[in-house]
Amino acid sequence: MPVLVIDGLRVDVAGDGPDIVDEVNLEIAPGEVVGLVGESGSGKTTVGLAVLGHARKGVRVVQGSVSINGREMLTLKPQQLRQARGDLVSYVPQDPSTALNPALRIGKQLMEVLEYHDFGGSDQARRDRVDEVMAEVLLPSSRHFLRRYPHQLSGGQQQRVGLAMAFACRPAVIVLDEPTTGLDVSTQAHVLETVRDLCRRHGVAALYVTHDLAVVANLADRVAVMYAGRVVESGPTTSLFDNPAHPYSRHLIAAAPDITGQRATVGLAGRAPSPGRRPVGCAFAPRCELATEECTTAFPPVVEVAAGHEVRCVRPWTVPARTEAGPVSLPGPTAPADATLVVQSVSASYVGHRVVQDIDLHVGKGECLALVGESGSGKTTLSRAIGGLHHEWKGQILLAGVPLAHSARDRSVDQRMKIQYVFQNPYSSLNPRRTVGDSVARPLMIAGASKAEAADAVGEMLSRVSLTGAYAHRYPDQLSGGERQRVAIARALVSRPDLLVCDEVTSALDVLVQAAIVELLADLQRDLGLSMLFVTHNLPLVRSIAQRVAVMAAGHIVELDTTVQVLSEPKEEYTRRLLEDTPQVPVYE
Amino acid sequence: MTVLDEPILLADPAETAASPRGMWRTALGLWRTRVGLGLLAGLVALAVIGPWLAPYGETEFVGTPNLRDVEGATLGTDYFGQDVLSRFLYGGRSILVLAVLSTALALVSGVTIGLVAAYSRGLVDNVLMRLMDINLAFPQLLLALVALTTIGPKAWVIVLVVGFTTMPRIARVTRGAAVPVVERDFVSAAQALGESRFRILRSEILPNVSGPLLVEANLRLTYSIAIIAALGFLGFATSVNAANWGLMIQENKGAVSVQPWGMILPGLAIALLTVGTGLVGDGLARAAAGIDRKKAT
Repeated sequence: MPVLVIDGLRVDVAGDGPDIVDEVNLEIAPGEVVGLVGESGSGKTTVGLAVLGHARKGVRVVQGSVSINGREMLTLKPQQLRQARGDLVSYVPQDPSTALNPALRIGKQLMEVLEYHDFGGSDQARRDRVDEVMAEVLLPSSRHFLRRYPHQLSGGQQQRVGLAMAFACRPAVIVLDEPTTGLDVSTQAHVLETVRDLCRRHGVAALYVTHDLAVVANLADRVAVMYAGRVVESGPTTSLFDNPAHPYSRHLIAAAPDITGQRATVGLAGRAPSPGRRPVGCAFAPRCELATEECTTAFPPVVEVAAGHEVRCVRPWTVPARTEAGPVSLPGPTAPADATLVVQSVSASYVGHRVVQDIDLHVGKGECLALVGESGSGKTTLSRAIGGLHHEWKGQILLAGVPLAHSARDRSVDQRMKIQYVFQNPYSSLNPRRTVGDSVARPLMIAGASKAEAADAVGEMLSRVSLTGAYAHRYPDQLSGGERQRVAIARALVSRPDLLVCDEVTSALDVLVQAAIVELLADLQRDLGLSMLFVTHNLPLVRSIAQRVAVMAAGHIVELDTTVQVLSEPKEEYTRRLLEDTPQVPVYE
Repeated sequence: MTVLDEPILLADPAETAASPRGMWRTALGLWRTRVGLGLLAGLVALAVIGPWLAPYGETEFVGTPNLRDVEGATLGTDYFGQDVLSRFLYGGRSILVLAVLSTALALVSGVTIGLVAAYSRGLVDNVLMRLMDINLAFPQLLLALVALTTIGPKAWVIVLVVGFTTMPRIARVTRGAAVPVVERDFVSAAQALGESRFRILRSEILPNVSGPLLVEANLRLTYSIAIIAALGFLGFATSVNAANWGLMIQENKGAVSVQPWGMILPGLAIALLTVGTGLVGDGLARAAAGIDRKKAT
């Protein structure tokens, strides 16, 4: 008997607007965790909020029902809804640092939830419940700890407090909206363990909304894949990952980086259509290599292909050729003598606080070295020092044997052109007031090129990153995230650098776009003989691009070896733990 | 080779709310902006071409003082026996010119200080902004009066003193808008390329704060008009008997019961001028904030 039943849910943009999600059916049994997977804009959060009886501003639920324990959520009056939230259903938001009230002690916040719902009937019962729920989320329940403010807790602890608040009144259903995004892998692993354990133990039905396939593969009992506002495939986790029936699910799995290197990551052209731009018929048809005329006439009906495994595709289980990539193949490491970049006993600090300790490494010519570490490991500080953006460091950084000045401004024009930096967030690394062409041409103008020369080089470079020359006249806000990152890469490559420093360049992007960007970088590296320093927290991703890996922790390099060696036979305990905590998309043959 | 994301078709980028061009376009859809611009256009035209329409000279005597019915003087004579209408038509120019000049001065200096402070951070930021705070601590009108009484009521003194006292307000707004922009990666990208500080301020940061600055400039223009009119009323006009709306109010206030035109006309003009600039500024601010967006389209 399912506790949560979503039936034919349709949510529209208010006032005759297009549908955001439609025909969503989902059932969750007590103690079951269902993963709702989709790219940004697929409507997964809209569904998650509808379960709470909530619609964002400008959005309206127009059809369908959401019932919890037989109680209809969508027709409740505001007062009843407030009571139901917390009691019947609760929510764990994405970012705990903004979800907790920074001005209230965490004990007070927990008590507030219980008091509002009059839990237990007495203050003593409520205090006991706080102690109990804190123990359940593996936090101390000492008076001292409960008197802390949210900012005195780590990100993982904050999210545990968020979980405690959600579980406090023993709800029947809990909606988790990407609760581990932004947490380090080891913290994430522990939080996920807690979620799974609590749901099992207390028979709570959980809807886990996320874009991360690997997390879902390891956490959920069942998975629903959303595309353009509809659930295109749903089924038991093993069945779905074992043999995805929908070509989109196949593409999603093919795009997820594989740590074993048995299959290379594959991107997918195009983007999901936004509400109002969705085509007649199957929304995925324009991007689907298997699409036929049949697909463009009507949205395919639900077909049950196996027990509990449903798909909306006219030819389920047909495998798109592109998703069947072979193993990763990368050129071998080069000799250290040929190094483009040498870092010699570099230590860096932030206002006197040492964050990078005595680092030695080199990047060979045409080689990609991955710098992997959790947040706070010092990897970004080191890469910024190399790029001339962080000035507080000592030691030596040599480019082609010549020591570099601390600040980019003190380096020669030639040196500046030879090292190029690509930033994490493509939404902030391009000036919104400047055309793509202007942004990409800027390095050349600094190097003294004429306007005509620069324009030619910009056109050529834009086509190299799989954009067209026409993009030169657009502004960043006319581009998608993936396109912006391509522009940022074009800007970095236009001056023909020897070394490209990539700082978490895919972490702001969806998995299909991430795969496409990684493919692009690997191609460019091979074609242009680039040396690359690829900074990331994503271990599996490293397998698809880097020949060697340096693992950083607390400002030190704990392990540095070839990628295959580090990922398959890590020598250090720290690396081993990191690998264990990293969720993987299973590879079945 | 890799694949291509499908391009999307969005509105013209200049139309996004925070860019000045887009802001003007959105603002022009609002009644308040249109009314404001209409008022401004009318009054500016009056002030500019007024002297050519005036039946008499600026300081010409036409009859007995403080009379409402004088042959040839439609609105009567003022306290000194001059034609009220002619005085009014002459009296707008100086206020407008002085207000625009002092706002321009405040804008240039305030924006420069605000940008430098936001970009430099640390000591430079602290020193600059605390200096601005000291300036702000003095009431604007009081500071103007001190300067005018010590140096004398000259046009350049008025421009300088009003500009100088408006500057810290603009500097604060600029700094506030620029701080988040400075932290964005495209500024780091420019630094990594070794762009000069001046170029980073001018080409990377300034265009991204121009929206709020446009609103601020309009607001400050409104205030400058009011202050310069007030200074005129207090007797600090550029030359003793030159026509000036603020001065006219002061001159004719004694005879307001027998000959109200000498006061009503300039008073109304100043009120409408400030209301006009205020409405335009309000419209721009609403466009920037995205209020009324639906109504505007």
